[in-house]
Amino acid sequence: MSTATGVVLLVAILCYGVLGGADFGTGLWDLTAGGAARGAPARSLIDHAIGPVWEANHTWLIFCLVLLWSGFPTAFSAIMTTLYIPLGIAAFGIVLRGSGFAFRKVSMHTAEQRLNGIAFASSSVITPLCFGAVAGGIASGRVPTAGHGDPITSWLNPTSVLGGVLAVLTCGYLAALFLTAEAHRDGAPALEQWSRRRAVASAVACGVVAVAGLFVLRHDAHRLYDELLHRGWPLMAVSALAGLAALLMTLRPGRMSPALIRPIGALAVAAVLAGWGAAQYPYLLGTHLDLHAAAAPGSTMTALLVVAILALLLVVPSLVWLLVLTHRGNLVTGDD
Amino acid sequence: MSVLMLAAADPSQLLPAREQMAFTLGFHIILVPFGVAFTFITMVANWRGLRHDDAEAMLLAQRWSQVAAVLFAVGAVSGTVLSFEMGLLWPGLMDRYGAAYGLPFAVEGIFFFLEAIFVAIYIYGWKRLSPWVHFWSGLPVVLSGVGGTFSVVAANSWMNSPGGITVRDGKVVDVDVWQVFFNDSFWYEALHMLLAAYVVAGFTVAGVYAVGILRGRWDRYHRIGLLMPLTVGAVAIPLQIAMGDVIARYVFNAEPAKFAAIEALPHTRTHAPETLGGVLVDGKMHFGIQIPSGASLLSGFSPSTKVHGLDAVPAPVRPPDNLVNVVHLSFDVMVGTGFALLGLALWFVWLWWRSRAVEPNRWFLRAVAVSGLVAIVSLECGWIVTEVGRQPWTVVGLLLTRDAVQTSGDLWPFFGGAVLIYSGVTVGSVYALRGLRRRWAQGETTSVPYGPDNDPDQGHTGDPGLVDAS
Repeated sequence: MSTATGVVLLVAILCYGVLGGADFGTGLWDLTAGGAARGAPARSLIDHAIGPVWEANHTWLIFCLVLLWSGFPTAFSAIMTTLYIPLGIAAFGIVLRGSGFAFRKVSMHTAEQRLNGIAFASSSVITPLCFGAVAGGIASGRVPTAGHGDPITSWLNPTSVLGGVLAVLTCGYLAALFLTAEAHRDGAPALEQWSRRRAVASAVACGVVAVAGLFVLRHDAHRLYDELLHRGWPLMAVSALAGLAALLMTLRPGRMSPALIRPIGALAVAAVLAGWGAAQYPYLLGTHLDLHAAAAPGSTMTALLVVAILALLLVVPSLVWLLVLTHRGNLVTGDD
Repeated sequence: MSVLMLAAADPSQLLPAREQMAFTLGFHIILVPFGVAFTFITMVANWRGLRHDDAEAMLLAQRWSQVAAVLFAVGAVSGTVLSFEMGLLWPGLMDRYGAAYGLPFAVEGIFFFLEAIFVAIYIYGWKRLSPWVHFWSGLPVVLSGVGGTFSVVAANSWMNSPGGITVRDGKVVDVDVWQVFFNDSFWYEALHMLLAAYVVAGFTVAGVYAVGILRGRWDRYHRIGLLMPLTVGAVAIPLQIAMGDVIARYVFNAEPAKFAAIEALPHTRTHAPETLGGVLVDGKMHFGIQIPSGASLLSGFSPSTKVHGLDAVPAPVRPPDNLVNVVHLSFDVMVGTGFALLGLALWFVWLWWRSRAVEPNRWFLRAVAVSGLVAIVSLECGWIVTEVGRQPWTVVGLLLTRDAVQTSGDLWPFFGGAVLIYSGVTVGSVYALRGLRRRWAQGETTSVPYGPDNDPDQGHTGDPGLVDAS
């Protein structure tokens, strides 16, 4: 039962990582798109690409939180009393990202747009950085079962740095892939090229950091490293192959629609996250608190699984409809 | 408010934690009515537009959905902060009771998801979806607004009347999900909040158009922009007052400590007076207007009804006078503002019955213009009554607030950061909404492209809708 809830939690993290991650990643490209005039087309593309979907994608995070605090309350409380600094920053980052984005969309003056845009874009980079650091702290066993772990080294350590950097880069990668597809659909070759270059660059960066990361893990989180290579190797292989395939397809434009590259790139990212879950199993925190020991009573777990099934029946079809409408360009802004 | 309740024995983090919770919840709750009830009002206008070919109603619906987009975004992210705060501020609550208290939030997750999905489809679907498909895509938003309200309030009401758990050695070992969700005070609180959302959204939106008419815009657009939401508010407010009366009697029976604080009644007695205003100092009521036997009559329909006073609460968990005053005065303000809104609703009915027009009456318009603010004050006071009125408990009878609070780190910088960022977001919201209004005033119909050099007519490649329009 606790394993089933753990799997649901991992799936929610996967969805947040891929869908929410792509939305966060646009912030990286928005931030570096240049001045108001030069960056205008790219920012407009980003606006239309994530405008209709970011709130829905963001909801996966809420799902992760409620699954964690209802299903594994001790672990939730341990994480919150240890990693409160990056989590507090992430909470504020979420506020600034969402408000900044929504405000920029409706601001009239360049100065206002710039201010809101900076709030949106910089917090879109900081938030995944924090979440990656939090994941690193949990994975490397720096959150004690009883909580109240070291408030600094729990997130300022090699695995956390790896987690943070990898999170920002994968978000950027996903965003670039999604934006390429979006620009392609809109028939905007210049923007497509712009996004494509960023997809290639961030794909290479992700690959390099991921490989280097294995060495970091070998020293800093040895069990995780072992299990990634033993239990998790098929997933790592899937990730590497999907990543390479997506990269090759992106490098040769025209051979394949960018809309088809998108799921392959997403698979590469999802497989890494799933690998993390598989490698850490059966532990929830480091190597000291397992899913079973952290679990809430059986009746709570049953209720959570019922909620998960309801989500599968109600939310997933609705979400698919939203994503299909968005990708077909049926959701657009404008008063009239 | 909790500055004064800080006793020597309380942990140092209690004050900033409570201040931050009050501040962020108080901020978020203003946006909730717009997520819950504004879409309903928008759908009414949309329906009119489609059914009666009413161009002005259609334009209102479209613009309202744009406003909703901004408010929903701020509501969604400020709600997320509250989720984080469950752990960052109150780890003791989640650790011990997360298995029960957390569950309604899981249900809320589904509703919030559906709301976020269909809000997006509704807001962005005006151009490309068929009109009726688009209209009906708003319905899940309205329904999940109801479901989401019920779920969150289920968690809150569980803290007031915890049930459905078996505790052994300080650990929750079994949870009766149904009883947790539908706890004793669930229906009272849930319906009260749902109606509050419709009251706030109705009067606030109506107020915007009342201001417009007062400034001389006597057109049909402003007229129906006033009438539709005002009707929603005017229907909701009498129901809300009746509901409030029922709830007060429930609190009298089920939560005597909170009732004693609401009435600021020092001693248990029959013929208990209803005190309007006033403050309790050293166990004595000062400056209040007392209605003889009022509290007894209202709670038991007889002057001989015995009402428990604060002295019936065991001394270690008895709220101090200053806390009682906060609860008592908030309750009075909530009821007072509620009745003021009821008066406004009756005035509306009277004017409508007399002449089918409200615009010529400037005093009425002025009253409508401020009614949204009055409704928000009422909403805030209601939450203060239920939250502060529960102190010193977080979960009544089970968990003291001082045992729930975060003990790691220092919460003051976190609170400071929250004040700073939320102030920025408030200013940003005002600017954003003013920007929308100005854009409508200029008759601009497309989204604004970025940058000073960007000519809207040239289009930006990212917006296919623009290409179509040209």
